[in-house]
Amino acid sequence: MANILVYALHYDGAINKNSLGAVSEGAKLAAELGGEAHAILLGENVPQELAASLGNYGAKKVLVAEGPEGLAQPLVDAMAKAITDGGYSYALFGGGLLGFEIGAGLAARLGAGVAMEVTAVRAEGGELIAERPILGDSAISEIKYRSQVGIIIGRLNAFEIRETGAGAAPVEQLDFELSPHASQATMVSRGEQRGADVDIEGASILIAGGRGLGKAEGFQLAEDLASAFGGNSAVAATRAVVDAGWYPYAAQIGQTGKTVAPKLYLAAGISGAIQHKVGMQASENIVAINKDANAPIFEFSDLGIVGDLNKILPKLTEAVKAKKAS
Amino acid sequence: MKICVLVKEVPDAAVEKRIDPSTGRMDRSGEKNLNPYDTHAIEAAMQIKEGGAVPVEEIVAVTMGPDSAVRALHKAVSLGADRSVHLSDPAVAGSDVAATGYALAKTLQRESPDLVLLGQQSDDGECYTIGAVVAEHLGMPSLTQVIKMDVESDALRCERQAEYGYDTVQIKLPAVISVGDAINEPRYPSLKAIMGAKKKPLDAITAADAEIDASKVGGENSAAQWIAAKAPPAKAAGEIIEDEDTGETVEKIIAWLDERKLI
Ligand SMILES: Cc1cc2nc3c(=O)[nH]c(=O)nc-3n(C[C@H](O)[C@H](O)[C@H](O)COP(=O)(O)OP(=O)(O)OC[C@H]3O[C@@H](n4cnc5c(N)ncnc54)[C@H](O)[C@@H]3O)c2cc1C
Ligand SMILES: Nc1ncnc2c1ncn2[C@@H]1O[C@H](COP(=O)(O)O)[C@@H](O)[C@H]1O
Repeated sequence: MANILVYALHYDGAINKNSLGAVSEGAKLAAELGGEAHAILLGENVPQELAASLGNYGAKKVLVAEGPEGLAQPLVDAMAKAITDGGYSYALFGGGLLGFEIGAGLAARLGAGVAMEVTAVRAEGGELIAERPILGDSAISEIKYRSQVGIIIGRLNAFEIRETGAGAAPVEQLDFELSPHASQATMVSRGEQRGADVDIEGASILIAGGRGLGKAEGFQLAEDLASAFGGNSAVAATRAVVDAGWYPYAAQIGQTGKTVAPKLYLAAGISGAIQHKVGMQASENIVAINKDANAPIFEFSDLGIVGDLNKILPKLTEAVKAKKAS
Repeated sequence: MKICVLVKEVPDAAVEKRIDPSTGRMDRSGEKNLNPYDTHAIEAAMQIKEGGAVPVEEIVAVTMGPDSAVRALHKAVSLGADRSVHLSDPAVAGSDVAATGYALAKTLQRESPDLVLLGQQSDDGECYTIGAVVAEHLGMPSLTQVIKMDVESDALRCERQAEYGYDTVQIKLPAVISVGDAINEPRYPSLKAIMGAKKKPLDAITAADAEIDASKVGGENSAAQWIAAKAPPAKAAGEIIEDEDTGETVEKIIAWLDERKLI
């Protein structure tokens, strides 16, 4: 029997979608191994119903630990305690930033093997094998665990959410001790939204801009093109330009931003890093404009234009307008 | 304050990276360079030193890798590190993330740093996790993806983007911080610094020197076992247009969009 402990990230009264996927995946894998998937949440006064709701995604039990939210090391302490007491064989994380930090810390604490950016997991001969794309997704490696506990950190959106209809799961309080180093970090403010509150999730056409736009003002080119398309179109951005303050965080696509799947995703001056790709690869049509013929984005675009966006975007905007008027 | 910066030698961005089918490990032949993400960590250390909020006695570049990794250390020193430490031992070759982090932590322990800085990712391994592993072994608080860092006597005020927006976190020193690539624009080394790099002290150490338990490192002892590399499912290649005549290019894009009823 092999049980799986799944970390569930929650914020503002809701469970993170990737965590719901991870719980669903954990439940499926645990069933194949003949065990159970349990979920763990940590926070200040985590609502009982929120924890119990994970039963609907296949968790047979939910552990709730009291501690500071949004930091990884308290979870390393809590999960290490749960694993030592409860004899779990695997710890599973959905994609995201905290999952990486917790999973890595836990691997160090338990002397466990860890695989990250995992896109698929299968049960074989009573154990789990994780698949991890490497080298810019040009190859997939398979990882097995020699340690007592195996740690699997999924890639964003890798695990499908499945509701089982099983209803509420029993919730148990987990008591644990905060390690000295975990108490050396304090959250001063969490989840600050920088820049305007734009809405891109409903858009069917997204014109996305990256560092290739050159400067904040470069986004005008993307906005002009979006308004030429008119209707249900909007402008999106990469983390590089959001961190640089060129565009609002609310428009960011990717691992620590939004996940979208519009009819058309036109990427201008975007390299196509994995963390960006995971937030937009489900788009129906992907068009990329990049001056570097070797940019990774060309590996997953349907139409790629190798060229200077400063030359192409203004003309394209005029041509879209003309086409619309005809 | 003493700052250690973890740096790694990686295949040059221009070299096509591949897996050696006979060993299942990455083929590390070809041109190599200092991991570009680590130059942001060195720059962050330099800015703390030059910022003057706290006196910085020393910046030490630390790496674990084969003989050739010395060149990455020279580059790190030319960018501002005062000296470097090279852990090189056949026993650590092929270590997974957990074992690498353990070996680096043992190496860092010899230095007793107040702050350990590292890059957000290695260009070849792309694990994003070494920082958290190192921190756990050192028993230090840690944070990854930091894009703003202010030193306040015995603590750091850090900002980073996490899944729900920007977080501000106060971290007491000593700490392990992995910096995001938006934190700064790394400087270029001066010719003088490049020439002088080989003269700065370089401490070459073995696993035994760092008191590394050999049963916890190396490919054979790593807890994560890489069993195979296979090709991803084939995907139809997209159409590519080289922009020569922009008028023509735009016509082609419009036709393509029109065909798919996207306009
Ligand atoms: C834990 C973690 C989480 C992350 N989360 C996210 C996330 O949520 N979203 C995200 O986007 N990234 C995320 N990243 C960052 C990601 O790895 C990349 O750094 C980022 O996506 C790069 O943004 P970019 O494409 O704008 O910039 P770059 O990678 O610098 O690419 C700019 C591109 O523009 C091209 N270009 C330059 N000038 C021109 C021109 N005149 N005409 C045409 N093309 C031009 C260049 O050839 C280049 O390919 C994350 C990273 C980590 C480690
Ligand atoms: N062998 C190594 N020696 C020194 N530092 C390393 C090594 N491997 C990784 N690092 C550091 O850890 C960071 C993250 O690497 P990774 O977790 O492999 O993506 C890098 O930017 C380096 O700063």
